[in-house]
Amino acid sequence: MAVVFDKPKALTDVPFHYCPGCTHGIVHRLVAEVIDELGIAGDTVGVASVGCSVFSYNYFDCDMVQAPHGRAPAVATGLKRSLPDNVIFTYQGDGDLAAIGMAETVHAATRGENITVIFINNAIYGMTGGQMAPTSLPGQVTQTTPYGRDTSVAGHPIRVCELLSTLSGTALAQRVTVDSVKNVNIAKKAIKKAFENQINKRGYSIVEVLSTCPTNWGLSPEEALKWLQNNMIPYYPLGVYKDVTAEKEA
Amino acid sequence: MAKITFKENLCKGCGMCVNACPKNILELDKTRLNVKGYHPAVIKDQEKCIGCTSCAIMCPDVVITVER
Repeated sequence: MAVVFDKPKALTDVPFHYCPGCTHGIVHRLVAEVIDELGIAGDTVGVASVGCSVFSYNYFDCDMVQAPHGRAPAVATGLKRSLPDNVIFTYQGDGDLAAIGMAETVHAATRGENITVIFINNAIYGMTGGQMAPTSLPGQVTQTTPYGRDTSVAGHPIRVCELLSTLSGTALAQRVTVDSVKNVNIAKKAIKKAFENQINKRGYSIVEVLSTCPTNWGLSPEEALKWLQNNMIPYYPLGVYKDVTAEKEA
Repeated sequence: MAKITFKENLCKGCGMCVNACPKNILELDKTRLNVKGYHPAVIKDQEKCIGCTSCAIMCPDVVITVER
């Protein structure tokens, strides 16, 4: 018998600190598998964000830099410009990328910085205890919106992939999720494409992964996946919003 | 013939592998706790495993190794 599934080499042996059923672990594994498959572990520098994923520097077996809150694209810009032959990726949550880091994100994209961004959207601030995020859904109950998000006061959720797909520097903007085996496989292909885009110098690639936060949503892991399917996917439709490689082929 | 093994002490008992298994042969062992204090996932009937890796693909903690 041959081993057909095991922990990827680009992950360290440190156990994940994430809550039971948190899909961060799945996405970490997908990124590590892609790094293994492309054989770039020795050339890759990851940029950890602020939030639950801050400890990703303990989990990825490559060089890692910890950026201040929201500034991962700025740090990645510096890394990529000074180390153009290395592969630079950021791993950011929605509180990091879509709130405090929105300026850095939009400008890195519009400059067409040749970096790969893995964006985890779970519609809530996870690490700080479940406050409303820019991506929280209308009517969603969070710690800071106990009666549900009121869009007349708190505004509407930001659809990041749609926003970034309008910018000329963006090479890939794709939204995926990890709620089922099929969708995990689609997510892995998207992440691989985002890394290949960088190796082929195509520009800014972002993969948005709809994720769960069972703890702060107050749901079991199974219920959280159902909540994601019933509430998040209708508001954040899955799909490719921009892909320069497809445009060239067409 | 397929074989799956669990790094049991990494399991957090989230049950995502149990729900992903197309043969319904995984369960959380409610009679035991692992070092983290969770009921670990176990396989009920190894003979019925088809080695599809669905459980391992959905596991958020990379607990499962699949051989086939």
